[in-house]
Amino acid sequence: MKLTLEFGGGLELLCDSVKIHNVDVDQKDVEEKLTMKDLLVWVGKNLIKERPEMFMKGDTVRPGVLVLVNDCDWELSGQLDTLLEEKDVVVFISTLHGG
Amino acid sequence: MESKATAQSSGRVRNCSICNQTKAALKRPKTLEQICRECFYQVFEDEIHRVIVDNHLFKPGERIAIGASGGKDSTVLAYVMAELNRRHNYGLDLFLLSVDEGITGYRDDSLETVKRNEIQYGLPLKVVSYKDLYGWTMDEIVKMIGLKNNCTFCGVFRRQALDRGAALLKVDKVVTGHNADDIAETVILNILRGDIARLGRCTSITTGEDGPIPRCKPFKYTYEKEIVIYPFSMSIYSPNAYRGFAREFIKDLERIRPRAILDIIKSGEDFRIATSTKMPEQGTCERCGYISSQKWCKACVLLEGLNRGLPKLGIGRRGIDNERNSRKSIDNKKCGSLDF
Ligand SMILES: [Zn+2]
Ligand SMILES: [Zn+2]
Repeated sequence: MKLTLEFGGGLELLCDSVKIHNVDVDQKDVEEKLTMKDLLVWVGKNLIKERPEMFMKGDTVRPGVLVLVNDCDWELSGQLDTLLEEKDVVVFISTLHGG
Repeated sequence: MESKATAQSSGRVRNCSICNQTKAALKRPKTLEQICRECFYQVFEDEIHRVIVDNHLFKPGERIAIGASGGKDSTVLAYVMAELNRRHNYGLDLFLLSVDEGITGYRDDSLETVKRNEIQYGLPLKVVSYKDLYGWTMDEIVKMIGLKNNCTFCGVFRRQALDRGAALLKVDKVVTGHNADDIAETVILNILRGDIARLGRCTSITTGEDGPIPRCKPFKYTYEKEIVIYPFSMSIYSPNAYRGFAREFIKDLERIRPRAILDIIKSGEDFRIATSTKMPEQGTCERCGYISSQKWCKACVLLEGLNRGLPKLGIGRRGIDNERNSRKSIDNKKCGSLDF
């Protein structure tokens, strides 16, 4: 599944200082939909190169990291249960880096 | 993404609870309302306007400097101030004021952001450098004293730099982008440090009214989440230093109970200081005239050390010595932490 992932607010520093990643996330089973939960695991394995604790806490993003799926606050779409589709844009912004 | 019937938009996402026309795009932490982007801009800006009006932050004809770091808070503040000033005819002369510490590479991105803001928002920009203000760049200071103690210099010099720059601009007030999360964090830190003087001051929307240039915080009740989401685009900011444990604690609380941030500010406001508590008296520095409870202000003590080749002068185990009253110093805290 092709997705666009954007990292901002300092999170890009954890993935080689690249803000925008056009990625192809492989799914084991085409029938099974990809969720944000799956995506976070994939991001943790494939994109985060250092200090993973700045991005994740437990099985979700750490408090202070905002997630937008297609410009919509993921708190509205079910957070970890949000279903992803081809060409979705997922944005992660850390608010824990100062202003 | 109206064009695309995705699972997010077709499924659980409700219509905006304000206009009931458009799909909600954001959950407001303050009220838990689910609202669309257009309504969000409206309530976000209206709330800040209300805070400005209700607290009588400005008078027509005043010259106001916006402390601009290039970070998210001051970038959004510059935009919102320019917009509200125009929309509601505040009659203010607005300026952007930035401090260049003279650290190679460090401010390049943020000064670029501020220069962009100058053009985008049509606000004149003044950049004051440490070299102009103190005769030393931060790089030169670090060369002299090593990396270990430079946070002391950073904190003291930075606080004064904004005031000194404001004096050069001849403004009546400085506004800063401190938000509700910042203030809640400061309340907690001041309680943990037992710093009654700062606890009393840190929730005030305007501080330094007795000093030469008052500072105020139009974002006092504005959640950081909303400031970050406001542009719906992240490419505009330059990230700054990472913040500490108290900030994480605030974010943990927010996740459990979003109102917690406002509740902490409220409890900070409710700490009224008993009249028997002795507060440090304010005077002025004999050397530079800056407000100081000591003979010399902290910057002058530090500068004296640098200029005499004794850079450790003024830096004690607990930060800066030369304190008349035995107030505990918190000046050794990390760069980027908060002070008011
Ligand atoms: Zn609406
Ligand atoms: Zn002085």
